[in-house]
Amino acid sequence: MSAVTPRLEWRGVRKTFGGPPVLAGFDLSVDPGRSLVIIGGSGQGKSVAVKVAAGLIEPDAGEILMDGRPVQDLTDRERRKLARRFGMLFQGSALFDSLSVWENVAFRLINADRLPRKTARERALAALERVRIGRQFTELYPSELSGGMKKRVGLARAVIGDPDIIFFDEPTSGLDPITSRAINSLISEQVKGLGCTAVTITHDLASARRIGDEVAMLHGGVVVWRGPASDLDRSGNPYVNQFVRGELEGPIKSLV
Amino acid sequence: MADVPALLQPVRSIGRWVLGAMGQAGAVTLFGVRGVAVAASPPWFIGQLGRQILSVGYFSLPVVGLTAVFTGAALALNIYTGGGRFNAEQIMPQIVALGITRELGPVLAALMLAGRVSAAMAAEIGAMRATEQIDAMQTLSTDPFRYLIAPRLFAAVLTLPVLTAVADIIGIAGGWVVATRTLNFNATVYVRNTWDFLEQWDVVSGLLKAAVFGFIVALTGCYHGFNATGGARGVGRATTHAVVTGAVLIFATDYLMTSAFSR
Repeated sequence: MSAVTPRLEWRGVRKTFGGPPVLAGFDLSVDPGRSLVIIGGSGQGKSVAVKVAAGLIEPDAGEILMDGRPVQDLTDRERRKLARRFGMLFQGSALFDSLSVWENVAFRLINADRLPRKTARERALAALERVRIGRQFTELYPSELSGGMKKRVGLARAVIGDPDIIFFDEPTSGLDPITSRAINSLISEQVKGLGCTAVTITHDLASARRIGDEVAMLHGGVVVWRGPASDLDRSGNPYVNQFVRGELEGPIKSLV
Repeated sequence: MADVPALLQPVRSIGRWVLGAMGQAGAVTLFGVRGVAVAASPPWFIGQLGRQILSVGYFSLPVVGLTAVFTGAALALNIYTGGGRFNAEQIMPQIVALGITRELGPVLAALMLAGRVSAAMAAEIGAMRATEQIDAMQTLSTDPFRYLIAPRLFAAVLTLPVLTAVADIIGIAGGWVVATRTLNFNATVYVRNTWDFLEQWDVVSGLLKAAVFGFIVALTGCYHGFNATGGARGVGRATTHAVVTGAVLIFATDYLMTSAFSR
């Protein structure tokens, strides 16, 4: 057991959406400054676990602890304050269609922090530069960007509030291997630069190895294995072995 | 559940429908209350409100104006025909004015808004839901009810009475054009008859209805969009539901308000 109080902890979290449970007593934790990657097959509850932690979905049972304190015990004001400690990069980037690139990045600064537009714009442009988005793109709208650029803009938007915890939901899905690698490098760079805690969900094992300190495998709504990212290939766990090797035979039943 | 006799199946279906409808009504009401309640404290998104007023009000002027002018013209012809059956053609200006200000102005403007604005709100917010933009907004410490819902509700409540006032004037003008060009009414007498006959309450009651209809139009659009599920198909369904429920609620509320105002 770690002597450090985890920055974030899921404790016995359960969630159903009318069918079988998506999370069935999910227990996991991540220490401050660490990068945890959650892997697992499609529909195993990875996104739901992250959205529960980010306060976007209410769990049916169990609790989320931040720095050892149950989030459910917080007052509305404390919860709002807590939300400011989060950043999130969504699978489809989730950029606001009606706003330009810089307005997307500056959204939190303008609307939540109430900074003047000029100041917010300057900070947004600096954040965009850090993710290698040149000034010629900052007035464009999301529909005019490629998938890789959208991810980078989403990353700039996620980190602009200097969060303590960043969630990355499938950061490299739909990207070619080279762009994926570039995104992974940017993620590592940003996380290290901010010194924050990162939770990433992905199917992409190359990403998991590159950006994770630790990896947890989720199957059937529970964690079936957890260990250092470097142990992924020698975990000795049948679920992880099957997943890593992409085999059809094993404890994970293929839907095909 | 499976033990219900076949004869009682229809009753079960009706019961399920009634419970579902009541649940839905409760959910819509709570949604509306939350949408209004958040405006009681800052932060307020005045820029968003301005944009919505422009979108709901200014850009709806052409469609509302066109609807009003043709309705006023057709109403004049119908009343002239009906009035002619008992030699009462001369009351046509008064009846047109009354019909437009009390009933057709607010109802038609609201229906046009349901088709144009409610559908657009449901589609826009539904697409934002489907692409996780609403979740993203929450992670950026911005309450979607404050940023998306409240400005739309208030914009519709503020602008529909103005649109209705415009529809009243254009509708009456439509009747005037038909009466003076094809039915040989004197232009000045027509205007004087309309002006002398109309009471303040005829206009005010129509504007009050319009404010309530504005709330309904925005509420159904926002509610169905916000709760859209199932991707593109869900957004399409939300749009349809927003327009249909909006229109039905407008007619039902119109009857209730007319009934209350008639006492």
